Amino acid sequence: MDKIRNEQIRGTVKVEQFGDKAREARLRWFGRVLRRNRGYIGQRMLEMELPGRRRRGRPQRRFMDVVKVDMEMVGVKVEEAVDRARWRQMIHCDFQLLQVTVRDALNQAMDEELERDERVFLLGEEVAQYDGAYKVSRGLWKKYGDKRIIDTPISEMGFAGIAVGAAMAGLRPICEFMTFNFSMQAIDQVINSAAKTCYMSAGLQAVPIVFRGPNGASAGVAAQHSQCFAAWYGHCPGLKVVSPWNSEDARGLLKSAIRDDNPVVVLENELMYGVAFEVSEQGLSKDFTIPIGKAKVERPGNHVTLVSHSRMVGHCLDAAAVLAKEGIECEVINLRTIRPLDVETIEASVVKTNHLITVEGGWPQFGVGAEICARIMEGPAFNYLDAPVIRVTGVDIPMPYAKILEDNSTPQIKDIIFSVKKTLNM
Amino acid sequence: VLKLLLSKSEKNAGFADSPSVSAISIVFNLLLCTHPFKKCELHRLDQGPPTQALLTREQGLKYYRTMQTMRRMELKADQLYKQKIIRGFCHLYDGQEACAVGIEAGINPSDHLITAYRAHGYTYTRGVSVKEILAELTGRRGGVAKGKGGSMHMYAKHFYGGNGIVGAQVPLGAGLALACQYKGNNEVCVTLYGDGAANQGQIFESFNMAALWKLPCIFICENNKYGMGTSVERASASTDYFKRGDFIPGLKVDGMDVLTVREATKFAADYCRSGKGPILMELETYRYHGHSMSDPGVSYRTREEIQEVRSKSDPISMLKDRMISNNMASLEEIKEIDVEIRKEIEEAAQFLCNHIFYNEPPMEVRGTNPWSKLKSIS
Repeated sequence: MDKIRNEQIRGTVKVEQFGDKAREARLRWFGRVLRRNRGYIGQRMLEMELPGRRRRGRPQRRFMDVVKVDMEMVGVKVEEAVDRARWRQMIHCDFQLLQVTVRDALNQAMDEELERDERVFLLGEEVAQYDGAYKVSRGLWKKYGDKRIIDTPISEMGFAGIAVGAAMAGLRPICEFMTFNFSMQAIDQVINSAAKTCYMSAGLQAVPIVFRGPNGASAGVAAQHSQCFAAWYGHCPGLKVVSPWNSEDARGLLKSAIRDDNPVVVLENELMYGVAFEVSEQGLSKDFTIPIGKAKVERPGNHVTLVSHSRMVGHCLDAAAVLAKEGIECEVINLRTIRPLDVETIEASVVKTNHLITVEGGWPQFGVGAEICARIMEGPAFNYLDAPVIRVTGVDIPMPYAKILEDNSTPQIKDIIFSVKKTLNM
Repeated sequence: VLKLLLSKSEKNAGFADSPSVSAISIVFNLLLCTHPFKKCELHRLDQGPPTQALLTREQGLKYYRTMQTMRRMELKADQLYKQKIIRGFCHLYDGQEACAVGIEAGINPSDHLITAYRAHGYTYTRGVSVKEILAELTGRRGGVAKGKGGSMHMYAKHFYGGNGIVGAQVPLGAGLALACQYKGNNEVCVTLYGDGAANQGQIFESFNMAALWKLPCIFICENNKYGMGTSVERASASTDYFKRGDFIPGLKVDGMDVLTVREATKFAADYCRSGKGPILMELETYRYHGHSMSDPGVSYRTREEIQEVRSKSDPISMLKDRMISNNMASLEEIKEIDVEIRKEIEEAAQFLCNHIFYNEPPMEVRGTNPWSKLKSIS
């Protein structure tokens, strides 16, 4: 029986969710009321207090309470109601685009790939009966059972090796590390048994395996649980390394990784799991894949290029929005793939903007930014640079615990803005 | 350790005098022999492999030929290494031939096998020609991995190398067994490791998962008494490697006798195929060379020890003596096979003038000066 998601049906017949439509109606009426003449009875009703004794228990929700929440959700203020056209534009709900969290995107991608190819299976700690340590594999064990979704004991080196062996025998395993910090226990299997085998066997032995899990800083988990491994895995030939940012990236890249006949490391981000993004209908289709090795220009601009991967892309876009108010247009590039690195897209952008800033969560020494600097210097784009490339990175220390220290150990939006102004000499 | 090996060989030497067997052999020329061997030590098993084995003349000659080829190939590799034509790592397998041949005889070609770096023998028994092996060792394009792998990274169908990291092949083997179980094709995976690797943590992780999920994996510890330069007593708190699987049943087998190994492997394979889960086998064997070519092999053991094993329990000599004393083959026949194999290996080692023409008979090629004449092989 084919499972068609509600969102897809709604998208096809172009009907919005009822709650969204109701919200639009409320806000529309609210705007109308505000635009009427002063003294209009509707306006008096908005602030009216009901007389009499209040009943026990929680006070009843009034119209203004609901509308306040709606305005926050949509992102409008009361003052904006004066401009009718703008108000209508802001409150309109679009049925085309659907909000999907990164977690759900990964879950859907795995679900669809498990259905598509029976050689695909998932193994890792707590992936089956616990629904995944971060709930990324929720519902999969119920649907596919013990054979396809395997709970392992806490033996990273052992089960990573088992996954690689199964891949050598022709299956297509997805090996989940609870976080990539634990992958260090198994890194020998990832590099020496998986990455190098195709080369050492001169193409006789393929290893179609995917290693995935959350990478990089989380919230308050301190030094041993916050390392970014993009640079470590990106260093090794024979391995493909991808780092998705939003839901569309997550879906497309994970699907490509599973369909790829080579070992692929998918570096997700725990803080991004709960963030919802709009995904187009095309992005929801079962065969939607994003090619590994191609970066995406998230926001075009012509004053400075910001290159980033994973969570920091969001920070770059926020910084770009702030800078746009001052008239600085930043071009934001989402790397999507760490290895093989898409230098061409970066070079083309540098040729246009003449300024380059790399932003990453990992440590500076021998990092992703360092590699980009080296490649730009070695290539044609070097002659187009008006200033040295700037790297905005995590602070070169093991991650501290206290919130204020942790916040200051990773790049913040103000750091990006500061660096942009520095490179543009402002 | 040495006494164990010697006592076994004495037992074998005294075997051949039963008149009925000789009579049958003369009459039928079918030439079978039954072979009683020492009962294997068992761990968590009620019953071990059979204590008798049947060897036909055909099988005997095949095993002899394979073992002798492996022996000569390893000695050739030794020569080439000393001539610096082979570089890097070269771990030789001579002395342990009975293990490879016995295991191969006990499983099907469709089963899977993975081992560590002392892999030349297994590469041969799993179907790669001597020429391709020697070409790979010398870094030539005609090698099994086109010269990109070298001694430790040779692969074939259902043979997964050749692995350089000690112990890393054991989880890989358990994964291959998982794939067999997943596909439901009744195949098993033979996962080999040495006495040195037996102390690796990842091996115990693999034991746990293999037993938990009942994977059809035969774990085999080839105990050649030394992990590089460290003897087993100095490396392991418990040298009963067949018991190290704890909850996994195990058996200890004389690895110098090809028939014992064969029967034990058959027993183990049947155990796994019946779905009972993994099983552990310890093969007691010995290597004549050092750990690798850069190790003379005499700093941690005496030359006398090596000589003793060579004279008393050499697997090839043992098989030869058994076949001759049972009238399954004559000395001349064996000598002929030896000469043939020697020639084959010599030919395989001629690389310089290969592939000048496709599919042509060998021709003479002039060397760098008027006096050097070389021969090409297509």
